[in-house]
Amino acid sequence: MDESRRVAIEAQDLAKRYDGLLAVDGVSFEVREGEVFGFLGPNGAGKTTTINMLTGLARPTAGAIRFLGQDYTHDVKKAQHLMGIVPDESNLYPELDGFENLSFCGALYGMRRSEREGRARELLETFGLAAVARRKFAAYSKGMRRKLAIAAGIIHRPRILFLDEPTTGIDVASARQIRQLLADLNRSGTTVFLTTHYIEEAERLCHRIAFIVEGRLVRVDTVANLVQDVQGRHIVQLALSRDIGELLDPLRQAFPGVEFERVAGGALRAVTAQPLPLAPLVRFFEDHGVAVTEARAIRPSLEEVFVRVTGIELERMKKEKEKGGGA
Amino acid sequence: MRAWIAFWNILWKDMRTYYLKPPNISWGLLFPLAWTLMFFIKSGSAVGEVRNILPGVMALSILFGTTSMLAVTVTFEKKGRSFERLLLAPIPLELLMLAKTAGAVLFGVANAFVPVVMAAFLVDLGGVAWWQMASAVVLIAVSSTFLGLFIAVSVSEVFEAQTFSNFFRFPMVFLCGLFLPIAALPVFLRPLSYVLPLTYGADVLHGAVNGAARLPLVADLSMLALFCAGLFWFSLYNVRRKWIA
Repeated sequence: MDESRRVAIEAQDLAKRYDGLLAVDGVSFEVREGEVFGFLGPNGAGKTTTINMLTGLARPTAGAIRFLGQDYTHDVKKAQHLMGIVPDESNLYPELDGFENLSFCGALYGMRRSEREGRARELLETFGLAAVARRKFAAYSKGMRRKLAIAAGIIHRPRILFLDEPTTGIDVASARQIRQLLADLNRSGTTVFLTTHYIEEAERLCHRIAFIVEGRLVRVDTVANLVQDVQGRHIVQLALSRDIGELLDPLRQAFPGVEFERVAGGALRAVTAQPLPLAPLVRFFEDHGVAVTEARAIRPSLEEVFVRVTGIELERMKKEKEKGGGA
Repeated sequence: MRAWIAFWNILWKDMRTYYLKPPNISWGLLFPLAWTLMFFIKSGSAVGEVRNILPGVMALSILFGTTSMLAVTVTFEKKGRSFERLLLAPIPLELLMLAKTAGAVLFGVANAFVPVVMAAFLVDLGGVAWWQMASAVVLIAVSSTFLGLFIAVSVSEVFEAQTFSNFFRFPMVFLCGLFLPIAALPVFLRPLSYVLPLTYGADVLHGAVNGAARLPLVADLSMLALFCAGLFWFSLYNVRRKWIA
């Protein structure tokens, strides 16, 4: 992300206290224009509370909120025209159809009838919902609801889009389509602030990621830096022409400082603290009558980083999310 | 201008999705009709009595129509989180709440004139101070709607909204001088009558229909306006305190 770009969202020492409980504790970050910023954390970490403060649904106990360089701490309402908001649960009107919902949302942003109806038709087409435009929202599937909620969030072409768990609980095809739509939106210049508990989604979509745990930001960085700095490991996976069980010990003796692990499918994984030169390794196998058919670098996963940084097991977090919750 | 586009669309959506629905139209017609018949029968079916009971039936039609509708619709939207969408829209909170309440006010005003139309077929309504009646109807509708709003922001479930509404409405019916003169109430209850907006609305209606107001018109209308402003201000305060906490 280009550092010279203007700061679209700035949170400075943002804090929120509810009945003596500090839900968000001095959170500070900047999101630049055109950036996709991921906000990750376990349930109850303060993600939704932070979004609520940024969008005007909650008042900060302390700290400052700026959008595009202007201070809106005491009146976020004045910045609401800049933003589109897609909450974690669809909050559209069940008694209205898809087209009416979009048109109504456009009206809330002061769009004139012809303008908002044209835009509603365009978005229904883009989101693959044109065929169900006249169906009541209550009769939509979960995936369709999420898509319509995102369409409603961008009906007025906001400069900043807040998305709270956009793909939670929907089918794989719809989730994939939503991710594609978000990537397209970002390419068109929209700044995206995204919370998700799908690490792979954050990894695929976000330029930078912030981890929040118990109301505090524990790390903000690019995906590449997060993975590299936290793990500092280089992994190469080799596909070999045969099983090399008997060669493991000589291999370890020949390459001290390199950890070798056999992985599923007969492949071998070499893990080092420094970049691993491949030529000596290939030569070693050739000398022992084994052909290296494929070698590829494995990027340490963000999931591991998340677990290390937050101390939370991802599976547990997903289960908690499915049971409901989130703060 | 942009905020007014939002205002009209919120009002129109509410009219379409809540107030102009057949069950509510039938409620708006049946409720005043039932009240009229009830008092008509109680008065010994004397047609001349219709004019005496008209202010009470009008006031009750407005009170029960507006408070219920607004308290239930806002609580319903809050529960379904669609109200959140309105709070996230770039329109001033005051205008948003006026848009949400305008539908209920119109519904209450329409309800009030159902018994008037029915009465017109039974008795001569000559001599009615129509402007006075209209101003009372509008102010009763506004204050009752804001009472509904006050209830809506105080509860979280639809059934609580109904229960809480009755907590205010039923005592009001008996204490506001609609059917039982305030002078006939036990002394210790009389001060309560004067802290109820409907007392002043009922007085204007009695004055408009039968020329039997106890307080000066200006005093009644000022008190009603004061209640409207107070309830609206307190509701906004509560919305800010509880929903934008």
